[in-house]
Amino acid sequence: MGGNLMNKILGMDRKEYFMKGHNACNGCGPAIIMRIITKAAGPDTIIAHATGCMEVVSTLYPNTAWKLPWIHANFENAAAVGAGIETALKRLKKKTKVLVIAGDGGTYDIGLQALSGAVERGHDLLFVCYDNEAYANTGVQRSGATPKFADTTSTPYGKKVHGKTQNRKPIEFIMAAHGAKYVATAAIGYYNDLHDKVKKGLAVKGPAFIKVHAPCTLGWKYPYDKTIEISKLAVQTGLAPLYEIVDGELKFTKKVGNRLPVIKYLGMQGRYKKLAKKEVEEIQDYCDEHYKFLLSLEKKGRVFPRIF
Amino acid sequence: MAFVKFKYGKTNVISGSDAIAIGIKLARPEVLSVYPITPQTIIAERLAQFVNNGELDAEMIRVEGEHSAISAAIGSQATGVRTISATSSQGLALMHEVLFTVSGMRLPIIMPVANRALSAPINIWNDHQDSISQRDAGWIQLYVESGQEALDTAIQAFKIGEDHEVLLPVMICLDGFQLTHVYEPVNIPSQKLVDSFLPKYNPFFKLDPKKPVTMGPVGGPDSYMELRKDLHEAMLNSAKIIKKVNDEFAKKFGRSYGDGLIETYKSKDAETLVICIGGVASTAREVIDDLRKKGLKAGMVRIKCYRPFPSASLEKACVNAKNVAVIDRNISLGASGAVYNEVKALLPKKKVSGFIMGLGGRDVKKEHIAYAIKKAGKKVVEWVGI
Repeated sequence: MGGNLMNKILGMDRKEYFMKGHNACNGCGPAIIMRIITKAAGPDTIIAHATGCMEVVSTLYPNTAWKLPWIHANFENAAAVGAGIETALKRLKKKTKVLVIAGDGGTYDIGLQALSGAVERGHDLLFVCYDNEAYANTGVQRSGATPKFADTTSTPYGKKVHGKTQNRKPIEFIMAAHGAKYVATAAIGYYNDLHDKVKKGLAVKGPAFIKVHAPCTLGWKYPYDKTIEISKLAVQTGLAPLYEIVDGELKFTKKVGNRLPVIKYLGMQGRYKKLAKKEVEEIQDYCDEHYKFLLSLEKKGRVFPRIF
Repeated sequence: MAFVKFKYGKTNVISGSDAIAIGIKLARPEVLSVYPITPQTIIAERLAQFVNNGELDAEMIRVEGEHSAISAAIGSQATGVRTISATSSQGLALMHEVLFTVSGMRLPIIMPVANRALSAPINIWNDHQDSISQRDAGWIQLYVESGQEALDTAIQAFKIGEDHEVLLPVMICLDGFQLTHVYEPVNIPSQKLVDSFLPKYNPFFKLDPKKPVTMGPVGGPDSYMELRKDLHEAMLNSAKIIKKVNDEFAKKFGRSYGDGLIETYKSKDAETLVICIGGVASTAREVIDDLRKKGLKAGMVRIKCYRPFPSASLEKACVNAKNVAVIDRNISLGASGAVYNEVKALLPKKKVSGFIMGLGGRDVKKEHIAYAIKKAGKKVVEWVGI
């Protein structure tokens, strides 16, 4: 499908702000995210970017893939840089939007302090985490976002220890508990939903956070033409539930009635190739419990106190 | 909070912290990004007072740590707004990686550093280990001796760093407690006078949707060295601008500090020169007067600008001296004091001795400096006052 036709169908900005010619892997999930979120943000946007795959592949001097004003300082400080930009824009009395982009390492782990500080101080910015569930840029090591049992180079699936031994950090809840004005999860298989959420996140006054499930051909070990399929399966199995938390109230944006078994998703990826039957069962149990818990939260109404 | 009032266009008895905070205020920064640390705290408190009292029209970001303090300053300065931070010791060490990013991106952020020792053992008192340890970070480093110089240097720092021939960040280093908490008479210039000296910030480039730029890209093996060399040359070239700004300041305000890079005292005919940094110079002046009364031809050179290293000015100042005593309030563990090392390399034909003094707030007494002058040329490196 040609780019212009796709844009017309999806109702997205026809202009591209993340240009072709970058060095991302074939089928890179995060690169698709960059394209969609910049379209949603539009031309009056400044981007602060953490060190990571998308920074490295897009800005090898003297080239750049970015048609928007873009800055990268260090790995862990993208949220702080974004906070500085937002404060300067306030001084300049400009309504330009601030978009902060980081991978899961720059969000869940090394970037968490700066993110926490920026949200607590109430800076008006949107932080988008492209979550490919590992440090892919350095050769796929485990992060706080890597799921249990995943085979990474720092948690290899060995005879004694089977991949990562812990599960993921619940970053969405951490952000909601901070009082972020808008928190959402997204997946590139549902690009319209991602596009809408970026618009919403940028429209609220105050800090917003979106975590995007981002399949990684290198780290997850699947054929490069399966990126969107894998993303859809993550949602359809319930492993990547799509919801928003607005003012402390959780609402699903895509509710899956008959969830597919997790093995449909796991089975397509080399990182889960060696999983024992009982480990697959544990992941299924984890998924079921979490999904049901989220559904119960949706029924409760406000689940996080508003901070104002 | 009791707000302290200052009289502009007059001499006030104020602390070094007040002096530098007022200097910064007079330069009209628009974003201040700071995190508290002893002994920088009073500088930050004064600035917070100015902002919250409406005396300084600016935004203050009270960040969650020094790493974010300097990172938020990057974002703000890159968006085209005059920005400052302030720190000390561990805070400066925590900023380490970002300091290189600031200079590499040619962002003229201005930052006072209230000099303090580094852990371990933890110690809040004065030496120069914190900022000397950042000498390779690509920041201009200006060390001051008095409250007046702190105020004046703060104003100058913006003009130096923001010059389009320079575009470098500037650290203004002042001795923790021994200057930050010491009260002295300081002339506070009027806002009008400062405005006539320091133009509005005119960014060379900025983050602007109307003209998008990519800042902070990847520099591969084919470009990295050239970019580092550009940065190095900008740093070397900044010496010229620092001198020029010192001269311009003298014309406008009637005060100057040596040639802007170093300040000398009775150095022309001195057989023995003591080289030092910061407030120790005030003690050294007295020692030199005492020794001269006894017939010893002693003199002093105070390094005001440590980066860029003032090689030409120092060589000229030391041309007639036989012996040189370098006082270091830092130690490059396993080698020597940093300043000694560099002076020795600069003056291969002189007898240069290094003296480590005043670490972690240990008093540097007159007898310590007199000892260094007497032993200059005879010792290699010695610890004094222990």
